[in-house]
Amino acid sequence: MEVKFVLNRSEIVLNVRPDEYLAETLRGQGILSVRVGCDESNCGSCTVLIDGKPSMSCSVLTAQVEGKHVTTVEDIQKEANLIADFFGDEGADQCGFCLVGFALVVHALSLEYENPTDEEIKNYLVGNLCRCSGYNSQMLAVKRYLAEVKKHAKK
Amino acid sequence: MPKSKLKVVNKKTPSVDGHAEMMGRPVYTDDYAPHGALVCKMLRSPHAFAHIKNIDTSKAESLNGVKCVLTYKNVPHVAMSRAGQGAPAPSPIDKFILDEYVRYVGDEVACVAAINERTAEDALKLIEVEYEVLEPVLDYKTAYRNKNIIHPEDGISQAFEMGFRPKENVAATYEMEIGDTEKVLSQCDVVIEHTAESQAQAHSMMEPHCSNARLDDHNRLVIYSCTQTPFHMRRILTKTLGLPLNQVRIVKPRVGGGFGGKQAFHCEFFVALVTLRTGLPSRMVYTREEVFSSSYTRHPMMITMKIGASKDGIIKAIDCRALSDTGAYGEHALTVFMIVGSKVLPLYNKVEAVKFGGRVVYTNHVSSGAFRGYGAIQGNYVLETAIDVLAEKLHMSPIELRLKNSMKEGETSPIFEVMGEGTKGTPMIMESCKLPYCIERGAELIGWDKKYPRVQVGPHTIRSVGMAIAMQGSGIPFMDMGSSSIKLNDDGSYVVTSGATDIGQGSDTVITQIVAEELMTTVDKVTIYSSDTDLTPFDVGAYASSTTYVSGNAALKAAQQMKDRLIKEAARILEVEEEDIDFNGSVFKAKKKELTLPELARQITYSKDMKQVSVTESYFGHVSPPPFMAGYAEIEIDTETYEYKLLNYVSVVDCGTTINPMLARGQVEGGIVQGYGMASCEAVLYNSQGKLLSNSFSTYHIPTHKEIDKLTTEFADSYDPTGPFGAKSVGEIGIDTPPAVICNAIYNAVGVRINDLPITPEKIMRALKEKKR
Repeated sequence: MEVKFVLNRSEIVLNVRPDEYLAETLRGQGILSVRVGCDESNCGSCTVLIDGKPSMSCSVLTAQVEGKHVTTVEDIQKEANLIADFFGDEGADQCGFCLVGFALVVHALSLEYENPTDEEIKNYLVGNLCRCSGYNSQMLAVKRYLAEVKKHAKK
Repeated sequence: MPKSKLKVVNKKTPSVDGHAEMMGRPVYTDDYAPHGALVCKMLRSPHAFAHIKNIDTSKAESLNGVKCVLTYKNVPHVAMSRAGQGAPAPSPIDKFILDEYVRYVGDEVACVAAINERTAEDALKLIEVEYEVLEPVLDYKTAYRNKNIIHPEDGISQAFEMGFRPKENVAATYEMEIGDTEKVLSQCDVVIEHTAESQAQAHSMMEPHCSNARLDDHNRLVIYSCTQTPFHMRRILTKTLGLPLNQVRIVKPRVGGGFGGKQAFHCEFFVALVTLRTGLPSRMVYTREEVFSSSYTRHPMMITMKIGASKDGIIKAIDCRALSDTGAYGEHALTVFMIVGSKVLPLYNKVEAVKFGGRVVYTNHVSSGAFRGYGAIQGNYVLETAIDVLAEKLHMSPIELRLKNSMKEGETSPIFEVMGEGTKGTPMIMESCKLPYCIERGAELIGWDKKYPRVQVGPHTIRSVGMAIAMQGSGIPFMDMGSSSIKLNDDGSYVVTSGATDIGQGSDTVITQIVAEELMTTVDKVTIYSSDTDLTPFDVGAYASSTTYVSGNAALKAAQQMKDRLIKEAARILEVEEEDIDFNGSVFKAKKKELTLPELARQITYSKDMKQVSVTESYFGHVSPPPFMAGYAEIEIDTETYEYKLLNYVSVVDCGTTINPMLARGQVEGGIVQGYGMASCEAVLYNSQGKLLSNSFSTYHIPTHKEIDKLTTEFADSYDPTGPFGAKSVGEIGIDTPPAVICNAIYNAVGVRINDLPITPEKIMRALKEKKR
């Protein structure tokens, strides 16, 4: 079936199977930043933004994104680079498999909340699993990124 | 070199790969799968134990798009160990690529390679298998000499005597004793006996196991795999398939976490065979369910500690008996088992006698294998809860009892000489051991004096604290070898090729720092490539907490040699003696003459007497200096529901010099949270037919952002003279303490000791009910 959607700000028309999930479609298109960790919407590694909302692409049918905007980390390179700076500074990046998902979720969080509490940050990040870091350093990095974004927004 | 003079090592340095990973670059194994590669899928056993009477693949083979079907009938029948260890293999040689027996639900029956995933899955359904279902052994306590023999087949063996008795369902046996334990125990004022069990924890690395294969321009087989042991893999794979070693290349790209789970083979045999048979590239990626139910787990164990002490609190003897469940195959059966003794019992080194032993049995469960902690966490859970039991009986503080009896700097334990990994050990003196500091500092940070054992903070809310100590090792002496090559570029920068296997722990960063420090340059002048069996020098791989210590020492030696070579070249060009040269990393100075490093590099590349300057060095350890730590937790428990949460986990760690303090913290904290998962929530459930039910992240809960509030991690000021810039290992030590710490904290809160992991509210409630009876 034919599906038309906006991928990273460019309109794209694809012929997909009706039972095809977005993660498979995107990886098939060479968007290899989509990391499939569990394929059952539990780990968050395959997160993309659909109309700005974090969504697990392993569990969204490609047919469902008809007419929508899909954003992968390729489209938020500047933000991801800055998030990576803070993750690197806090030693929060180890194997890195979860990081793309985190970049997209943290970016979405920064757009959605102006002053999130720790509780709100955790609620937002809870769907993204990391087995390496122990989360503590990630939390510190995320807070520093949010503060940086806010500082620039004020200017 | 004193720490104060260090410029790169021990300094905050971002990881070399973090940005590429965050920004989504194609860096992991499956990202390298050739476009259009055949998709390999595995038909897996629905039975815990069965004999394949007949297997008919003709319908699957005739399905359009199917290129290859592998069964036990058409693959080499050569026994091997998938463990990914050195040679001779210290694990039973008890596995065939595919076999006519299947030994657990999820065991491999047949592999299909097809032009796409759907076709491969359809083909699996067309394979007709006639099973003779056999009675499985599902309880490891009844496995020994059970009438149902899990490995009745011929052709399996052990490379050396390890007590492998397949007809008794025994994969390995080990016994040791120093002194007369029974006699010393009989003379002790106080003797306690404590038994506890730990579960088959799942590694749960985020990247599923995967590999892909192709034939290269020389018609050689090239396999990309998320492996921790590329060089062992090449050796075992070529031997099993009957190929010359030099006809296979293994490339390890970035790995999305291993924790021991990727030390052993997973997809590699199958993609190799498919590509060799068809000539076509192939790829295989495990589903998450396959990662849970068809890879490897931690060895479940039941351990009994009998400890004797004098009434003034001197521990005189320890008798440790253990029973370990290796599951269907014996990967790491012996070596994990030995660590229960060798990296746990030396903590209390003042004993007059110590005994350790037991057996590792087969069951029809998912195979156990290497997992961070590697026996030490199982042993530590039981020893460090037993020490609390003893402290209570002696009316002593658990801290005082530990301070009195634990290892100190300059001391040793006779266990080091007796026990190694699979073999005899190596004697060693603790040249660095800040354990007393770790214990005291941890108590301070958690606020022990004010909080021990418990504080009632609400009508049905209690806060309590618990603690434990631990040790690990730094590689396996005389067994683990690492190496690095360094070449000089024509602009004066360097390229390091290292065998060390970065699986996310950050070894590429750490080795880059070591080289940059020694060559008095900055990390941006050093590029590293690692783990390619064709292009990098040998390394045993990422296991046994060896990389920073063993591979790091190799990198340091290589950098030292590079420095010597550069000085030699500079002396020649400047026409001075080598001794006259003063090199600061960027300029060579001698008798008013000067030469910059870039100028030297340019001259020897493009001017007269041109050459490539490159060096290779290797290192193997003569000792394995243990890192030590003290772990403390404060928990809050609801005395109506017995739900508890972790308020703070304090770790004070002696790992020598931290090469990269932030990554070292990450290693410790990642280990703490993985250990906390094992302690608190990672329940392993099988049904009565032996099928693993906890086979997804919804049925097997690993800690999320929500469970972790506060981790307090500090490093003791410590320096081990045998390590690179004073470093010891830090990869595993973090995981060891949480099970005992949480168990002790729960006991301190509500007065019951939960002796099987994980410690759930239901178990606490049940134990309290039983106590009241």
